[in-house]
Amino acid sequence: MTQDSKPTPVLDVRGLQTVFHDAKGAWPAVDGIDLALYPGEVLGLVGESGSGKSVAGFSIMGLIDPPGEIIAGEVLFRGEDLRAKSEEELRRIRGIALAMIFQNPLSTLNPVLRIGEQMTEVLSEHGHDDPEAAQRLAVESLRKVGIPAPEERIYQYPHELSGGMRQRVAIAIALLGDPAVIIADEPTTALDVTIQGQIIAELQKLQADSGAGMIWISHDLGVVAELADHIAVMYAGNIVEMGPTDAVLDHPRHPYTLGLLASVPGDADPGAPLRQVPGNAPPLSRRPLGCPFHPRCEFASDICRREMPPRATDDVGRSYLCHHPVSQRAAP
Amino acid sequence: MMDSQQTAAGRTEVTSVPEDPILSMRNLSRVFTRQPVLAETLLKLLGRTPDIPKLRAVRSVDLSVRRGEVLGLVGESGCGKSTLGRMMAGILPASQGALAYEGAEVAGLRGTALRDFTLGVQMVFQDPYSSLNPRQRVASILAEPLKVHRPDLSRAEIHARVDAALAEVGLDVSYRDRFPHQFSGGQRQRIGIARALIVEPRFLVCDEPIAALDVSIQAQVINLFLDLRRKHNLTYLFISHDLSVVRHMADRVAIMYLGEIVELAPTAELFADPKHPYTRTLLEQIPSVRNRKRSFSAVKGELPSPLAPPPGCPFHPRCPAAMPQCSVEVPQKRQIAPGRTVSCHLYDKDQIST
Repeated sequence: MTQDSKPTPVLDVRGLQTVFHDAKGAWPAVDGIDLALYPGEVLGLVGESGSGKSVAGFSIMGLIDPPGEIIAGEVLFRGEDLRAKSEEELRRIRGIALAMIFQNPLSTLNPVLRIGEQMTEVLSEHGHDDPEAAQRLAVESLRKVGIPAPEERIYQYPHELSGGMRQRVAIAIALLGDPAVIIADEPTTALDVTIQGQIIAELQKLQADSGAGMIWISHDLGVVAELADHIAVMYAGNIVEMGPTDAVLDHPRHPYTLGLLASVPGDADPGAPLRQVPGNAPPLSRRPLGCPFHPRCEFASDICRREMPPRATDDVGRSYLCHHPVSQRAAP
Repeated sequence: MMDSQQTAAGRTEVTSVPEDPILSMRNLSRVFTRQPVLAETLLKLLGRTPDIPKLRAVRSVDLSVRRGEVLGLVGESGCGKSTLGRMMAGILPASQGALAYEGAEVAGLRGTALRDFTLGVQMVFQDPYSSLNPRQRVASILAEPLKVHRPDLSRAEIHARVDAALAEVGLDVSYRDRFPHQFSGGQRQRIGIARALIVEPRFLVCDEPIAALDVSIQAQVINLFLDLRRKHNLTYLFISHDLSVVRHMADRVAIMYLGEIVELAPTAELFADPKHPYTRTLLEQIPSVRNRKRSFSAVKGELPSPLAPPPGCPFHPRCPAAMPQCSVEVPQKRQIAPGRTVSCHLYDKDQIST
């Protein structure tokens, strides 16, 4: 990622490594990732299940519980390393300056509290003592995410709302503190396409208005293509390719990115076999030696089986981890 | 409402008679109600009708599936697509209307003819985790349908068929003694497909069979479905909310909204020229890797509750093209081109004569 004319990143992650412990050892779910997020920018973090994309998001938030452990790296938020903060300091930063939106809003909302109570609770946690002012803020925040009749909604319980409305409430809560960084972990995956469109539209508008940086974690290349300025593709705990959206999607260098793009039935002739990535992603405890993608890679050679490729960069500000990068001319 | 529905159904019978249907539905409906509570039972005994809410999940569907085709059935959650699929697979009875398999009404089938239908139409489910018994080995999961329906087969024959089914879906025969938890999601879905295929069906109802899988695994399973279709001349009902998958797989597409089929068209025509405003909305909302930094402009509102469907056209509260009559009058299904029907007042004058 180039840094020439851009301001300093609001979030700068360096060498972040998160492992999960079991009786047999420590397995790296996130294996030393670097990424930078600038204000007002959307970074799409793409990968399949088990790739470590959600663990990366949780690690940035400092939300890793045993048996997981962040063992290395820095998470610089506005220049300060979050990993050096105490849990108390972190709690104050989370929810105000650094917010997260989860895939399943039902698991983040308290089922026995009315919507308004959940929101004023967050506000009082962050020092808003006047209950009436807090209520006004809650109503305002719900209105901003497109909830009709927010004055009435604050008296409802989560189960009274539809899936789309619940996700809006979760977003409204995340936005209460006017965060500088939003980490959205598959926020629309559980929703229908028309509702997904609504939520993305709202988030896009809110993020553009506030100038926050956003990391959008998703398995859906289509959604990320339409939202993101930069894309990072994760495989087996590594960011195997990262760069400007157009470069990554139009001229992928990593064979896995190419394979993912070809797996989406978009340009293929109807009824023709899709170009598929063979095999399955390796489980955490059985990551292969060398390049983690080599058992599924059509270009794999001896060196791929022995050595992890070094990170290479090219002149469009893209980086990739591959011994045999896809030729620039081969468009997907 | 009922009346206009029935006239709509009556009209369409004249207009479309697809050649050689394997399965056809006429005015097929499904209503769900809850059990009456004690007070309501007492009211009934007194000769009064208690007001128990009725959920009309599928409303008067007329549809034929042609032999050898892939019919895509698309809609959002709660639109009734899975209920319709289950009725077509014969695992959920219809509340009203008729289902015919190979020209014979299913309700009247007995004996061998009934068994032919039961085995001839099989289902592949969405969730490869909950649709396989975790305590059964793969071999016994696959052998079970044969043990029930084919008592004439010896143990050796069943063994051979299980191995053949595993090979057919691309699984190693050495996996036969494993349990479902030892497989990945994609492999489990292959087991689900093998279980459906083992009784040699003609027609598969596939209910979101790839929705739970990762992108790279989705492509593998799509390819498997395409292969099997070619090899066995299968007919599919492919239920999905993913229009790009349906575009790739299906020959014709039916769009469902709130229990009704609102548009039916050959796939290429539907994607080139969607007619119903709901179809257009869906097409606009599919994210695509070819679109960059799009400003999403969303359709308003949410799917209305099927317990209280809006009067008139079910889509009118969300429709960008709604006219005054849409909130009053149910649009009738009209054939606007050969093989294309749409239920929308915008096309009231476009019906072609047949």
